[in-house]
Amino acid sequence: MAVFSGKIWKFGDDVDTDAIIPARYLNTSDPAELARHCMEDADPTFSAKLSPGDIIVAGKNFGCGSSREHAPIAIKAAGIACVIAESFARIFYRNAINIGLPILEAAEASRCLAEGDRVEVDLEKGEIRHLEKGEVYRAVPFPPFMQELIAAGGLINYVRQKVKAT
Amino acid sequence: MGQTMAEKLLARAAGKKEVAPGELINAKIDLALGNDITAPVAIKEFARIGVEKVFDPERIALIPDHFTPNKDIAAAEQVKLMREFARRYGIVHYYEVGRMGVEHALLPELGLVLPGEVIIGADSHTCTYGALGAFATGVGSTDLAAAMATGELWFKVPPTIRLVFTGELPPLLGGKDLILYAIGRLGVDGARYAALEFTGPAILALEMDGRFTMSNMAIEAGAKAGLIAPDAKTEAYLQGRARRPYTVLRGDADAPVLAEHYIDVSTLEPQVAAPFSPANVHPVSSLAGTVLDQVVIGSCTNGRLDDLREAAAILKGRRVHPRVRLLVIPATQAVYRQALKEGLLEIFIAAEAAVSTPTCGPCLGGHMGILAEGEVALATTNRNFVGRMGHPGSKVYLSNPAVAAASAVAGAIIHPKELGEVK
Ligand code: SF4
Repeated sequence: MAVFSGKIWKFGDDVDTDAIIPARYLNTSDPAELARHCMEDADPTFSAKLSPGDIIVAGKNFGCGSSREHAPIAIKAAGIACVIAESFARIFYRNAINIGLPILEAAEASRCLAEGDRVEVDLEKGEIRHLEKGEVYRAVPFPPFMQELIAAGGLINYVRQKVKAT
Repeated sequence: MGQTMAEKLLARAAGKKEVAPGELINAKIDLALGNDITAPVAIKEFARIGVEKVFDPERIALIPDHFTPNKDIAAAEQVKLMREFARRYGIVHYYEVGRMGVEHALLPELGLVLPGEVIIGADSHTCTYGALGAFATGVGSTDLAAAMATGELWFKVPPTIRLVFTGELPPLLGGKDLILYAIGRLGVDGARYAALEFTGPAILALEMDGRFTMSNMAIEAGAKAGLIAPDAKTEAYLQGRARRPYTVLRGDADAPVLAEHYIDVSTLEPQVAAPFSPANVHPVSSLAGTVLDQVVIGSCTNGRLDDLREAAAILKGRRVHPRVRLLVIPATQAVYRQALKEGLLEIFIAAEAAVSTPTCGPCLGGHMGILAEGEVALATTNRNFVGRMGHPGSKVYLSNPAVAAASAVAGAIIHPKELGEVK
């Protein structure tokens, strides 16, 4: 699934984890339940409007605030294929890679893409192509170690391989 | 060329002589923390790794504090999962209701987080322990699972932004005002991916409780850590408390930093963050008159003894405004007990405040003190995002305990000096 396409939902700067999944739902860690409330306080109808494979595009500092892994889990379980942002908050970035939610840091794409646009994303090449305009936006490539983590299928698989090897 | 404090701390944990910003390292973890929201997810991930034991049962802390005393059946199930995991793997530092406290107040108090160490917690405010000179940072549940299994975790070495606080802090101001002012200047992502270092005469003058408040909110500027170099006050705090031997590490004066900002504190007013961002910071007088429904004094930011003393100094002999609900939540059992001994609880109750057992409770809109639509709260907590304390149509302002106490009496945001002589 390195290449996929989807429709864009656009958000602004500093989308915090309380907006992604409000704390009142954190008495469970069930992905399906979390998915139902994904982005609820930013847009109460969000999870109902989504189609699997849709893409979130946001501004800077996406996922700031709490360390709750429930945030990327909710996004992933809601069927979002990938999050593109100008930048990500540090813990969210780590969590997304650890659980295998594809994310791309791409300032130009974040600026140029609008809600409803359709794009094709090539994760390996780090390319985002606007399906109507044909414009291509480049993402910041992952450092080699993180590529290794992603290739292993997230941190747990990576650690499991390491633990087995020793 | 010198090394910053963050670099020295990470180099030690990685077993290297030195490290540079941007470098990816594998570091040994001195303590790993989880709570009743993040640990259940970590426990499920831990099971997938396939190890028989945790790396060290003495170096894991599991603290149920967010939805405890259990607010509902779902919360009770989460804590049960933690409790059973703690028993099964012999986790030493698991604390039940009656013995617990809000994690970031509890761990320093118990002497479980120490200078020179690298600490991770599946909670963003883990950065609190930077006040003790530890590299402490928030991670997610999967990271916690990996750390519990292996005692190690990967890090990217951050650059450092140094904030030098000069001048003498005016009365009725504390660490909260310094950090709010700094976040207001930096913005919510101004220190994204960097380590913040707090230094200067105004930091040296702060007691430990005020320093914890500052490091606690480093994450609100996007920082990975909020470091304060240990001094005589740190050593005095650790006396008879530290559970392990430790090594004090301080940065070199000539270490290159990403940026250095000077902040003169001598003319600051108490600071208040308005909705919906901890960086939306204003001097209290410019928000004076904002009518309040609820005031909360507590949390890992300002629920320590000095905070309660400051609030009690203002509430003594006064009454909470009839329109306002004041909740006072001591952050730990020890703080609760000491507040009882000192007569602080008597003052709060006489002022018609509700005093609760330690819990995160309303801080994250969890339970006990949830806001209805349209309601406005002033809290000594650390976040005021949309819906943070309840209904998405409610609002939260953030301040220090003196401003919170005075405003509870006035029924609206007020500079504590406007209440007249503090009794
Ligand atoms: S008191 Fe608030 S900020 Fe601190 S750990 Fe609890 S929920 Fe998080």
